[in-house]
Amino acid sequence: MKQTIFRRHRQLEGWPLVFTILVTVGILVGGLVEFIPLVLVKDNVPRIASVKPFTPLEAVGRDLYIREGCVNCHSQMIRPFRAEIERYGDFTKAGETVYEHPFLWGSKRTGPDLQRIGGKYPNLWHVRHMEDPRSTNPQSIMPPYAWLLKDDLDFAVIPGRLRALSRVGVPYTDAEIADAVANAERQATAIAQDVAAQGGPAGLERKEIVALVAYLQRMGTDVRTSQAPAGATATDVATPDSVH
Amino acid sequence: METPASPTPAQTARRAPAQLDVFRYDDGIVRMFVIATVTWGIVGMLVGLLIAVQMPFWKANLGPYLTFGRLRPLHTNAVIFAFAGNAIFAAIYYSTQRLCKARMFSDVMSRVHFWGWQAIIVAAAITLPLGLTTSKEYAELEWPIDLAITVVWVVFAVNFFWTLYKRREPHMYVALWFYIATIITVAVLHVGNSLAIPASLFKSYPVYAGVQDALVQWWYGHNAVAFFLTTPFLGLMYYFLPKAAERPVFSYRLSIIHFWSLVFIYIWAGPHHLNYTALPEWAATLGMVFSVMLWMPSWGGMINGLFTLRGAWYKLRDSVVLRMFVIGITFYGMATFEGPLLSVKSVNALSHYTDWTVAHVHAGALGWNGFIIFGMIYWLVPRLWRTELWSPRLANWHFWLGTLGILVYIIPMYVAGVTQGLMWRAFDDAGRLVYPDFMETVTQIVPLYWVRVVGGSMYFTGVLLAAVNLTMSIRNAPKLLPDPAVAMPLSPAGRHGGDGGHAALAD
Ligand code: HEC
Ligand code: HEM
Ligand code: HEM
Repeated sequence: MKQTIFRRHRQLEGWPLVFTILVTVGILVGGLVEFIPLVLVKDNVPRIASVKPFTPLEAVGRDLYIREGCVNCHSQMIRPFRAEIERYGDFTKAGETVYEHPFLWGSKRTGPDLQRIGGKYPNLWHVRHMEDPRSTNPQSIMPPYAWLLKDDLDFAVIPGRLRALSRVGVPYTDAEIADAVANAERQATAIAQDVAAQGGPAGLERKEIVALVAYLQRMGTDVRTSQAPAGATATDVATPDSVH
Repeated sequence: METPASPTPAQTARRAPAQLDVFRYDDGIVRMFVIATVTWGIVGMLVGLLIAVQMPFWKANLGPYLTFGRLRPLHTNAVIFAFAGNAIFAAIYYSTQRLCKARMFSDVMSRVHFWGWQAIIVAAAITLPLGLTTSKEYAELEWPIDLAITVVWVVFAVNFFWTLYKRREPHMYVALWFYIATIITVAVLHVGNSLAIPASLFKSYPVYAGVQDALVQWWYGHNAVAFFLTTPFLGLMYYFLPKAAERPVFSYRLSIIHFWSLVFIYIWAGPHHLNYTALPEWAATLGMVFSVMLWMPSWGGMINGLFTLRGAWYKLRDSVVLRMFVIGITFYGMATFEGPLLSVKSVNALSHYTDWTVAHVHAGALGWNGFIIFGMIYWLVPRLWRTELWSPRLANWHFWLGTLGILVYIIPMYVAGVTQGLMWRAFDDAGRLVYPDFMETVTQIVPLYWVRVVGGSMYFTGVLLAAVNLTMSIRNAPKLLPDPAVAMPLSPAGRHGGDGGHAALAD
């Protein structure tokens, strides 16, 4: 029996086409078994009613987060351990990430998790921190991003971005896309005025920093504002060995 | 076995005048890929050193373009796709021709593959510092470059499979199995993970969102490790190690068993990158179980490699090539023992997000990939350029600097990872976090980041020595390097008869 298998294999080694087909089948199985149920079975990603798409300004702020590679140092995925919940807030639910194209969970925490950074600090804190992280924490090793306060935000790209996002399934309506620039300008002005009112630099309403701050302040807040989010059941909490 | 100077057709003809099928291997393309490997290795590791300095020393972040967040992906792309990538191609182009007893199907396709790949690397080196990125790890390049990768990969695949089709050796040696798996799987992974809708020339959004995007990304990401940093290197090992040791592969049966189990199991393991995240529990568990199973086929490869040296261990003393292979395979064994361990949820709860992962990565990357690559290059240089290696002593220095460099890199990163992981979860008696300020857990490991810089510099110096050695060897090479010719008796089918004994690795 064993002998025949190896003899058969010997034949197979003379048939590159059959060999290649077998390899292809072999490598497809695992991926499909894991992916298909995740797409088809709704229970795998329980929707949370209070989770809404990003506003136009937040969406481009998120693109800045991607551009600067913040994900290389910051995770956005709080694991269901007591130590993490204590430090960062409630653990992340699948339903909170349904509009995240791409996901930004990260794989390395050189800096702290940011999934629930929204509302933790005032706008001005973020402006100062991004301009010079040493101003808020003298020991910080985070790079400074001073150019975000100087460079103009390109509002013109927003409708195109939202349209692309709607094509991949984020429910932006045509009306929202048409109003996107004005909407973003309103939100930017509000943030810039708030920063100036708190004694920060004035005239930031057309700078990139306001978009990034808008995004940071939104992060992880959709669930916090609603009590008992659907889908966030107690079973989600793993039996974590690391909870002491 | 291989001799550096293959007989000229004239010589062969004198020996066996009748019925000869004469052809030449394309070694020019292999030389190009070897030079590209070393060049991009220097670039990629220089960027690695820069980001290694940036972590403890923020002032090394230079302007918008050279900040850590933009350079880290440049490092990973350069070392994986440019350094390891070009090395894989050098190995495949060299060994496939010999194993198939055939020249590559198309010289033009080989050159399109070479220059297309280099152009993609240059595009990556420009766009990543500009901040044009998808942010998906190891798949950061934006959609126009993704399309170019697809095209070049298809050219490579056609060239490779057509060479297989035209081969004169009926039997496919185990190295070729691994190459087949590599080419097919990388194509599937790349296309599957890069599906995106463009918003503009250099901005796109993936079709998947959230949990699904995460699963697809790590299906890709883990298998980029598997089918870019593992299977082609195993194929390479199966060809070059027996050559260098002048010993047949230890076990043919083991190679069959570990090949098929590796190829089948690897794909399932992706979710071990998402333990305890919002990914459904069942998927993470599946990933963990298959990762633990992976240990066996991985060690099958290691055993087949190390045992190939049975009775030949004394050769290590004089052969820097074999020594590099042995260290490389040993680190492969370590990384593939550690990997399943890291997949176990309770271990991953501590290691995930910390420098433990980085230590694991570089044990594999510097030890396994780096040393296998340089072992291969030291073996290839005299054969490709028909000259002695300029300085075996320098190669010896490279070996020692590299080996020590790896240790000085990974040991402090293990310490840093475990230290920080424990600090994050430490509670005092009153049930409060002992280190609520995140920065406390960072300043604790900053000195270790400096030690890593030392280790990285040692490893990098070794690579520079290799570059010097290569350059000087090439300068001593003869001006004309005609492609080596091979003459084989013609069998009726136009193919070489015999069973091509698996153990007796053909020339
Ligand atoms: C080199 C790694 C690194 C990069 C890149 C990085 N950060 Fe940080 N970040 C840190 C570290 C370390 C801290 C903790 C010290 C501090 O507050 O500065 C931090 C802190 C933060 C905080 C405060 C978190 C809190 O809970 O107090 C925010 C917000 C933040 N970073 C946002 C960003 C954004 C946005 C980017 C991208 C533009 C970014 N970071 C890029 C390392 C990094
Ligand atoms: C001189 C040699 C090298 C140095 C100094 C170096 C340094 C670094 C640094 C500092 C990081 C970032 C770690 C972090 O974010 O915490 C990194 C990440 C990485 N490096 Fe290297 N590196 C070197 C060589 C290589 C080689 C040769 C390879 C691959 C063949 C490689 C593959 C990677 C990968 C895959 C990552 C990402 C790890 C992760 O996401 O967890 N590196 N490297
Ligand atoms: C049996 C084999 C292996 C298994 C099961 C395995 C498993 C793992 C696990 C569990 C992680 C950590 C994921 C996390 O917590 O984020 C990881 C990370 C990683 N491993 Fe392995 N590993 C294996 C072999 C290798 C080898 C040989 C290499 C070669 C270089 C390698 C390269 C990497 C890289 C680059 C990462 C970092 C991914 C990232 O977060 O960016 N692994 N691996």
